[in-house]
Amino acid sequence: MSLQRNGVAEPRRAALRRIRNRALTIGASVVPFGLSFGAVSVETHLNLAQVCLLSLVLFSGASQFALVSIISGGGSLFSAVGTALLLGTRNGLYGARINALFRPRGWRRLLMAETTIDESTAMAVAESASGHAAYAFWATALTVYVLWNASTIVGALVGNALGSPATAGLDVAGPAAFTALLAPRLTTARMRLLALSSAAVAIATVPLVPIGAPILIGALTAVAALLVFDR
Amino acid sequence: MRLWLTVIVASLGCAALKLAGFVVPLRLLESAIARRVLEALPVALLSALVAVSTFATGNHLLLDSRAAGLAVALVLVALRAPFLVVVVAACATAAGVHALYR
Repeated sequence: MSLQRNGVAEPRRAALRRIRNRALTIGASVVPFGLSFGAVSVETHLNLAQVCLLSLVLFSGASQFALVSIISGGGSLFSAVGTALLLGTRNGLYGARINALFRPRGWRRLLMAETTIDESTAMAVAESASGHAAYAFWATALTVYVLWNASTIVGALVGNALGSPATAGLDVAGPAAFTALLAPRLTTARMRLLALSSAAVAIATVPLVPIGAPILIGALTAVAALLVFDR
Repeated sequence: MRLWLTVIVASLGCAALKLAGFVVPLRLLESAIARRVLEALPVALLSALVAVSTFATGNHLLLDSRAAGLAVALVLVALRAPFLVVVVAACATAAGVHALYR
C-alpha cells in the first residue's frame, strides 16, 4: 500500500515541480516588460500610486502600456481608455475558457478573473490533460502577479531617480515593446496584411482627427475590412 | 485629476472585461465572428500603436530619432532577441540619433 502510494506520489511531485519551474520562467519573462512600463509611466507624469493601481487592478501589460503611450502622446481619456479596453477584450475570451475548466464560485471566481491573462490561461490549458490545470493556473497567475507588480514599482522608482536627461530615447520604448508583443501574432499573411492596413489607416488619419483617435480608427477599420473580405 | 480618472476607468473597465468572460456563455465568445474579431483586435491595435507612437507628434507626422529606434527594434525582434534587449537597444539608438542631430 505504502509502496503504491509512493509510486503515485513521486510523479505527482515531479509534475508540480516542473509546473513551478515553468511558472517561474514565465514570471521572469514579464520583468523586463514591467520595468519598461514603470519607467515610461513616470516619464508620462503618472505618479507612483497611479502606476501601482494600474498594475494591481488593470493587470494586463499590453493594455497598460497602450494607455500610458496614448496619454503621453496627448490623447483624450476616451481614446486611451477605449484602446486599453479593446486590447483587454481577449482576456474575456480567456476568462470564458478558464471558467469552462474550473467553474469557480464566490471570491475564488473574482480572484481567478482578475488573474486571467495570456500566461495563466496558456499554462492552465496546457496542463488540463495532466490533471494539474488548477495548480498550473494559480502558480502562474500568482508568480506573474507578484513579479509584474514588483517590476513596475522598481521601473517607476528607477525612472524617477534617473530623471529626464537619462531617459532620453524612452519615447521609443512603447513602439519597441508593442513590436515585440505583435511579432508572435503575425504568423499568417492574413494577420500581416491586417497589421499593415491598420497602421496605414492610423497614420493617414493622424492630421485629421483628435490625438489618440487614429489608433482606434485604424484598428477598427482594418478589423471591419477583414470581416468583409472573409465573407 | 483627468489622469486619475483615466487610470481608474481603464483599470475597472479592464477588470470588468476579465470577469465578463466568466459570465458570458462560452459558445457566444467562440462563435466564428467573435473569435475572428477577438483574434484580430490585438494585432490591429498593436500595429496602429507602433505606427502612431513612432511617426506622430500630436497631429503631425514626423520622421525623427524614434524611426531609427523602431528600425533597430524590428531587426532585433526578427532575430528573436529577448524583450529587454529589443527595448534597451531601440531606446539607446533613438537617444544616440537624437543627440547627434539636435
